Amino acid sequence: MKSERSSDTAFRTLLVLGGIAVSVLLIAIFVSLTVAARPAIIANGFRFLTGSEWDPVTSSFHSLAFVVGTLITSLIALVVATILSLALAILMGEYFRTGAFSAIMRTAVELLAGIPSVVYGFIGLFFFVPAVRVLETVLGLPPFGVGMLTTSLLLAFMILPYSASIGREIISLVPSDLKEAALSLGATQSETIWKITLPYATSGIMGGVLLSLGRALGETMAVTMVIGNANVLTFDIFAPGNTMASVIANEFSEATTNVYLSSLIEIGLLLFVVSTLINIAGKIVVNRMAAR
Amino acid sequence: MAETEVRIEPLSAPGRRSRTLDPSVAARLRGDLGFRVLMLALSLIATVPLVLILVYIVVKGASSINWQFLTELPKPMGEAGGGISNAIVGTVILVAIATVISVPLGVIAGIFLSERSKSRLGTVARLSVETLMGIPSIVLGIVAYTWIVRPSGHFSALSGGVSLAMIMLPVITLSTEETLLLIPLSLREAALALGVSYRRTVMRVILPAGMSGIITGVLLAVARGAGETAPLLFTAFGNPFLAVNILKPMESLPHTIFYYATSPYPAWQALAWGASFVLLVIILTLNVVTKLVTSRWKIQF
Repeated sequence: MKSERSSDTAFRTLLVLGGIAVSVLLIAIFVSLTVAARPAIIANGFRFLTGSEWDPVTSSFHSLAFVVGTLITSLIALVVATILSLALAILMGEYFRTGAFSAIMRTAVELLAGIPSVVYGFIGLFFFVPAVRVLETVLGLPPFGVGMLTTSLLLAFMILPYSASIGREIISLVPSDLKEAALSLGATQSETIWKITLPYATSGIMGGVLLSLGRALGETMAVTMVIGNANVLTFDIFAPGNTMASVIANEFSEATTNVYLSSLIEIGLLLFVVSTLINIAGKIVVNRMAAR
Repeated sequence: MAETEVRIEPLSAPGRRSRTLDPSVAARLRGDLGFRVLMLALSLIATVPLVLILVYIVVKGASSINWQFLTELPKPMGEAGGGISNAIVGTVILVAIATVISVPLGVIAGIFLSERSKSRLGTVARLSVETLMGIPSIVLGIVAYTWIVRPSGHFSALSGGVSLAMIMLPVITLSTEETLLLIPLSLREAALALGVSYRRTVMRVILPAGMSGIITGVLLAVARGAGETAPLLFTAFGNPFLAVNILKPMESLPHTIFYYATSPYPAWQALAWGASFVLLVIILTLNVVTKLVTSRWKIQF
């Protein structure tokens, strides 16, 4: 009996240690990033966030160009993905709840979510880049093909499955008596969706959008392959650019000086902080919707 | 596509009746049909790329798959043939390292979260795991770099495995927790009432009942880890030769795809299509097995 009790105590301790370990892991990640970025934080100062120049030769490291590149590509991707995924969510959550068509759509969305980032990048190089090059030729712009617009479109398709499945869940949370009330008053199904379902689900959908934004910000490989890797501050969506994640992927193993490497880690730290904040905000909004 | 268009008709069909209806009602019904068609069209736009990807990879990739491709090493530029055996072996080893690290810790943390979800440590631990889930994979690569590559002075498969483990851990923990929370309290009470110790109740009653969910989580985590590239760029790095020493750099399938896909040579790009095909087959198989596990061993009480 005594050995049973002591093994129980040991087991409980093991479980608590597991809980402590995952919490410590997160702290350790933050601390290691901060420590490794320290030389750069000291050398670059506050201008790291406001300056746009990134030149390893003169050792001037500033992140604004990458922050802007990340924001532009993620926001365009978010707008495209939100429209398309809302359509998918409405289709799966309202029009075709059951049946073969809904099963096919749901499987398709799950498959899309499973495709690795690097394969998306490869597809981007072969389909999206030529398509954008044609568009640029038609518009009379320099035909880069690669650039921020290409990246945004590819990103949109990559985050789409994620936001579509959140959207479907949120829409299924809308109480059916509300919808039935509207329908019984003579509203058509589209009017019910526009005036009942979507307004009720808005906050949850916004939470889903925030969570997808967190994904888009940190997406690396596909972005690196199609963005063109130009370290300049630009607001031109047809121009090549760079995001925070893609500049790390491109230059990390080539960084020659200590400050150079440390500055890349500082970008990583910035990315960590921003995506964590956005994820927490998204989680709070989605949970509040689920609790209602 | 034509088939799906036909399916809509019987569901709304305002066309025939609208002539006898009030014009404003007819307009509303037309709007309803228009909205439905718009939603369907947008959904098709959203899923067409998947079809493109699968067809293209199957056509392009399957044609370059043969025994030689799977068993040989890459040849230098200019020589025909060559394979990706180093990448296949590398991916298996890297994922194995990551699994060995992440599964025990992930499952223990998952059990802890389901048992003590309301405690203060439980709240902190859940927030940590959810945050971990949202960290971009490249940042976790940097962390593995500062922990292992920098002190040891060289790239290694071990560091790659550690970065993948950090990616897989939250997936395993959260799915373990979710599954165990579904198991009815009566099972636990029955075991405890029979005088079974707490450890045995969890290990012999609760854990086996939730095994399918835990296996599902592990398989999904493996599928995710196998496809990751970004953190491997500066941890496992890459290696044109067959390597089994986990303290040395190692090739992986996603890295092979990245390396060959961005090269300007058509012969190398063909290798990348083949490697993409192999990687997709692995990941999709894992997903299908996951589905089978969930549907066969669904928890039913």
